[in-house]
Amino acid sequence: MRFMYIVTPAHPVPPTTELMEAVHKLADREIKAGHMLDSGALMPRTLGAQVRITDGKLSVIDGPFVEAKEVIGGYAIFELRDKEEAVAKAVEFMQVHRDHMPGWEGTCEVRAFAGP
Amino acid sequence: MTAADIHRTILAVWRIEQPRLITSLSRMLRDVPLAEDLTQEALLAAVEHWPTTGVPEKPGAWLMAIAKRRALDQLRRRRMLERKHDIIARDMEQDQQAMPDWDAALDDDIGDELLRLIFTACHPLLSREARAALALRMICGLTTEEIARAFLLPDATIAQRIVRAKRTLSESGLAYETPRRGELSERLSSVLEVVYLIFNEGYTAARGEHWLRPQLCHEALRIGRVLTSIAPQEPEVHGLLALMELNASRTAARTDASGEPILMLEQDRALWDQLQIRRGMQALGRVRELDGAGGFYALQAAIIACHAQAATADETDWPRISGLYAELAALVRSPIIELNRAVAVGMAEGPEAALVIVDGLANEPALKTYHLLGSVRGDLLHRLGRHAEARAAFEAAAALAGNRREQDLLRRRAAEPPA
Repeated sequence: MRFMYIVTPAHPVPPTTELMEAVHKLADREIKAGHMLDSGALMPRTLGAQVRITDGKLSVIDGPFVEAKEVIGGYAIFELRDKEEAVAKAVEFMQVHRDHMPGWEGTCEVRAFAGP
Repeated sequence: MTAADIHRTILAVWRIEQPRLITSLSRMLRDVPLAEDLTQEALLAAVEHWPTTGVPEKPGAWLMAIAKRRALDQLRRRRMLERKHDIIARDMEQDQQAMPDWDAALDDDIGDELLRLIFTACHPLLSREARAALALRMICGLTTEEIARAFLLPDATIAQRIVRAKRTLSESGLAYETPRRGELSERLSSVLEVVYLIFNEGYTAARGEHWLRPQLCHEALRIGRVLTSIAPQEPEVHGLLALMELNASRTAARTDASGEPILMLEQDRALWDQLQIRRGMQALGRVRELDGAGGFYALQAAIIACHAQAATADETDWPRISGLYAELAALVRSPIIELNRAVAVGMAEGPEAALVIVDGLANEPALKTYHLLGSVRGDLLHRLGRHAEARAAFEAAAALAGNRREQDLLRRRAAEPPA
């Protein structure tokens, strides 16, 4: 099964070098183990936009375009056995955040791909 | 969470940690099958404790501590049997000193050890079936029951296969060895063969609805990806990965809603997985950089790449495909490859040229009972307007076809009116 991970920090604080190193090490391991198919870093949400439909009305919520130049989130696509394995990977990934950047808060959303 | 949920969570966590456990343990015990036994024991311990204690924050360290303790017991027992008392004491001391390294080993680059593990599991001394079972168990962390279900065999058959294979390795002193440089390519082919066997077992599955059959494709792909990271200079490793990624990219398009197979040229190409095609093309690019485009897997991958890159079936580069088949046929003499070449030639140059190749295969013993020979021949004759001969060929093919769906298809073709 394929899973998409979307990591969104609660605060627009760039990760410390230590956290980045730990995350890269983990990512390297997952690529070599054949689990991680694709990944990318994301800029803060404020640099993007949300296009929504509510009550039949379409609205564009644009980012305020503050002076944020730091990457603060990311996505990854994994090929795994099942949801349990996907969650276990996410737990391990978030534990790395706790270990290497105390005070970091955020979410790792795990979404399963539709398909065979 | 139900007990079953907890069990699945534990298994998932264990599977993440297993490669590092088994490689670290192999390094210290110098015995891969024994190391694998110990990782199983660590799993049992987790199943026993975690439902009450919860999954520890550092599950890897927890499992390693258990396995380490069991490993020490093993070493002690072995030395009791093999050596004099005074030597035991000294060795134990050294073991104690070596202990901290085991923890560090959890973070080490496990590449070399993993390579050794794969080469041991896929030793040419073992049958292909035994290699496949051992690889799924030791490298992919599948349980015996899962392997049995995937191969549609009884649990006992697989269990016995694994036990025998491990015993063979231990008794022949091959429990811990890495091939020397010169041997690497030769030994690698026995690994790649097994990986491809696992992939095809899942890919060509006409039987078995269980999710574990497609899972075999994923496991094979995963070993393929692992191999490209630990043997990055071997072009055929990238060739096999390219072949598997490109073939797997068509999974969603291969059957219709009722499960009937759809032939490649008739598939909805919008359903082909572009991420996987991109990965396949990257692997093929790596093959070319390594000067390995003429390899067995690389050529097959290049053929599939021609299909993957054609936006529509009409845009398929048949002359290139037929050229690649000619190269492949020159590399490996196989009537099946020759038959495939005939199909490509039929598309590139027309039915007449193809029929010459097919008729040359008429007396091949390997194709005597192969229904696709008659099927291809019937198609070529039909296109040449030789309808009576075409009908006879399709009917003969239908009689040889193994499953009903194929028989129906061939009978329909036999009944086709002249074009």
